Amino acid sequence: MLDLTPKEITERKALRINPCKTCQPAGALYCALGVHKCMPHSHGSQGCISYHRSVLSRHFKEPAIATTSSFSEGACVFGGGSNVKTAVKNIFDIYDPDIIACHTTCLSETIGDDLNTYIQQMDIPEGKLVVHCNTPSYVGSHINGFFNMMAGFIEYLAEKSETCNGKTGIFPGFVNPGDMREMKKIAGLLKADYIMFPDTSGVMDAPITGRYDMYPKGGTKISEIRGLGAVRKVVALGEITEQEPCMVLKRKTGVDSDILPLPIGIANTDEYVMALARLTHAEVPYVLEEERGQIVDIMLDASAHLFGKKAAIYGDPDTVLGIASLVLEMGMIPKYMLTGTPIESFNKKAAALLEKYGVADQCTVKANGDLFELHQWIKNETVDVLIGTTYGKQIAKAEDIPLVRAGFPVLDRHAHALQPIVGYKGALRLVEMILNAILDKQDRVCADEDLEIVL
Amino acid sequence: MWYALMQKSLCYLNLAGKGVVIMTADILEERKKSIISSDFCCHGDGKGISCEKVSVSGSVSQRACVYCGARVVLNPITDAFHIIHGPIGCSSYTWDIRGSLTSGSDLFRNSFSTDLKERDIIFGGTKILETAIDEVVAKHDAKLIFVYATCIVGVIGDDIEAVCRAAEAKYNILVIPVKAPGFSGTKSQGYKLACDAIMKVIMPAFDGSKIPGSINILGDYNLSGEMWIMQGYFQRLGIKVNATITGDASLETLQTASKSVLNIVQCAGSSTYLAKRMEQEWGIPYIKVSFFGIEDTSNSLLRVAAALGDEAVMKKAETMTKIESSKLQDFLTKYKPKLAGKKAAIYVGGGFKAISLIRQFNELGIETVVVGTQTGQKEEYDIIRELSSPGTIIMDDANPSELETFMKEKKADILVGGVKERPLAYKLGVAFCDHNHERKHALSGYDGVKNFVEEINLSINSPVWELLA
Repeated sequence: MLDLTPKEITERKALRINPCKTCQPAGALYCALGVHKCMPHSHGSQGCISYHRSVLSRHFKEPAIATTSSFSEGACVFGGGSNVKTAVKNIFDIYDPDIIACHTTCLSETIGDDLNTYIQQMDIPEGKLVVHCNTPSYVGSHINGFFNMMAGFIEYLAEKSETCNGKTGIFPGFVNPGDMREMKKIAGLLKADYIMFPDTSGVMDAPITGRYDMYPKGGTKISEIRGLGAVRKVVALGEITEQEPCMVLKRKTGVDSDILPLPIGIANTDEYVMALARLTHAEVPYVLEEERGQIVDIMLDASAHLFGKKAAIYGDPDTVLGIASLVLEMGMIPKYMLTGTPIESFNKKAAALLEKYGVADQCTVKANGDLFELHQWIKNETVDVLIGTTYGKQIAKAEDIPLVRAGFPVLDRHAHALQPIVGYKGALRLVEMILNAILDKQDRVCADEDLEIVL
Repeated sequence: MWYALMQKSLCYLNLAGKGVVIMTADILEERKKSIISSDFCCHGDGKGISCEKVSVSGSVSQRACVYCGARVVLNPITDAFHIIHGPIGCSSYTWDIRGSLTSGSDLFRNSFSTDLKERDIIFGGTKILETAIDEVVAKHDAKLIFVYATCIVGVIGDDIEAVCRAAEAKYNILVIPVKAPGFSGTKSQGYKLACDAIMKVIMPAFDGSKIPGSINILGDYNLSGEMWIMQGYFQRLGIKVNATITGDASLETLQTASKSVLNIVQCAGSSTYLAKRMEQEWGIPYIKVSFFGIEDTSNSLLRVAAALGDEAVMKKAETMTKIESSKLQDFLTKYKPKLAGKKAAIYVGGGFKAISLIRQFNELGIETVVVGTQTGQKEEYDIIRELSSPGTIIMDDANPSELETFMKEKKADILVGGVKERPLAYKLGVAFCDHNHERKHALSGYDGVKNFVEEINLSINSPVWELLA
């Protein structure tokens, strides 16, 4: 497995091997699926959307609906205006969404298609909406696509208001529906009247019913996105993912945001809980305190096995930062922290976190990296556990390192998207997964006389 | 929503006096020519199905693009470097997705790309491509490199042919450009480009020599080891297989292809064009085969033996096919009662596979009620019409709502399809079998019949359906 990867590391200037990211439109699609009765639309060749839908279907094990402008050679020469206009007409006629969310592709960006103008020229049926965002695939990663689509919705829909609607905005970041449900549970316990945007729970984790709903029950409602301009404040989760949408919301409506880390691990969850409590003036209910006490109890038990163990954590920037925070809380070393997303602030935030725990000199951090390089690092100094996407599976097999699947995408397991890694409950789940992975390997490789029934 | 739309545009057609009712709700006007009923051309203009076209703007097409077509055909070549020249997405999505098994190098399971950035779009990407090739050659023992141009490279006009030519001259290895911008046609166009690229691999090794009685297998990608199953049969018959294209192929085996006296084509959609080119260049005749189902597997083996014209091999083939088919009878007798009377919907890539599946379902007493393909061709749709029972719905490039509409209307019990169709089927409470990239059991040959039937049975008769009250 992966016989190609040499131990010796040499600088690569042009070649990307085994990426740890995908392109912007995939993130834009995921964001748009978190809006109720929204049809995501890809303005590009027909292949693009087929890929994005496949990767989401493979991760969520759910249908991922979207349409395409279906560019031909002619569209590349004369522009894709007539394609997208025909598309929008067809979509409203047949699929009847309330809103169409267009995103661009590398192709339509390069030929200079101006979706803003096209949308103004469209004959949009009464009561229906078309919004757009620019997602050139040659900039950033799927994370940029996700936050650009959020910014697009806000730009078109959020309304400035003189009066406050008393609600709290929650931006969940690029996480699974299971995470969003956990975030909402905590917000509910703190008596927050909230608007979560986007919200893929009830969409990408919809139950089986015997019928196929193109637009399942979940998703942020259009009226709610409009209402984001009148909320008390937004609690935005994901320090890297949420900068742009929060800035656009502030500029458009004046609404402020608390931008926090993804609530993975105890400290980060505490921050989320306290931010909500400050806004709602609610007391933290016993049930949350109990959850916190339980997970800290378990972490104490677990740290006997995990203290000093080394982890390689890779995936999306905010997810990696969150998981690193959790493992540090148990005395583990996040030996390697890598994201494919080329956003440099990841490096600074990671360095600050490692500094806080005094382990910066033992760890390597990289934004805009790839899994080939991660593998090379591991060949030079190995780790006890890999934590990240399915794409680490080959490294795990080649080096016999247990893999804990977390983040996006996880293509080879089920049920992960319905379960949280955020909040105290999510921390409990992550700790159990990490512990099981490490102990299972220990049991598998140890000598017979060392196999213990009681640990 | 679906019901509301149906009310709006419900349309009843009395078909050829048979009283068959077809509901055409939810169908775009432009799409109607791509959907027919086997006994009557209900939506079209009476001239048969409309196919081999690009998708309609605004439709939820299940199709991929030119680049994807080229990539899926070439990707299983195990010891090649596949460098995707473009932004990261195109390489990310096609990284190790086919499940093609290898008996040798696992080089092809890595993903290589130039990960183009904004500055490269403005100033051109040829420099970065040159460097990427240099980096591959400097650190690895590269003998064969494919360079794929994606959408954007087609637009900014990087001359990848020149870059590849220069690299070939510099390093004395094969560096083959595959100009596959997604917008330049359909997935079938990509298959063609891949076939041309394969020709460029074989050409330099042509020396006019032949290995008597030897064959190439075209259009099988060794998913779950399916190529190995076929090779096993040919070995038992004493037929030498030179090149396997492209499942478990290597540069070395590919370059023996011109020595064969016969090409057999399994996936006709992707590889007939290659067979035709090899016939033109080296006079190698070809036959189309299918190793899905007992009937088609046996027929294919007999036809290959006959085409080689070797009496001894033909005798062996007759004996072997008889033995192998009869071995399966007990197995089928056991499963038939569990499956007979069920109804199937098929939605696959190519028309030839759909044809085999209809036959295979017939063998099991399962009636096929809906047939769709992504890239089927006119002749294939004609055969499908002949094979299907009256009233079967036949669709080209169907979208989820059409699949849903007709699966419900025709009361399908199982859908055979690919990754995007699985969750759709489950949501509808319909069983599912992956006959695409994500199949996890070999489905070809006699061994494949067992796996296929077991998988169908497992899904149709899963105890979990009982819980879905």
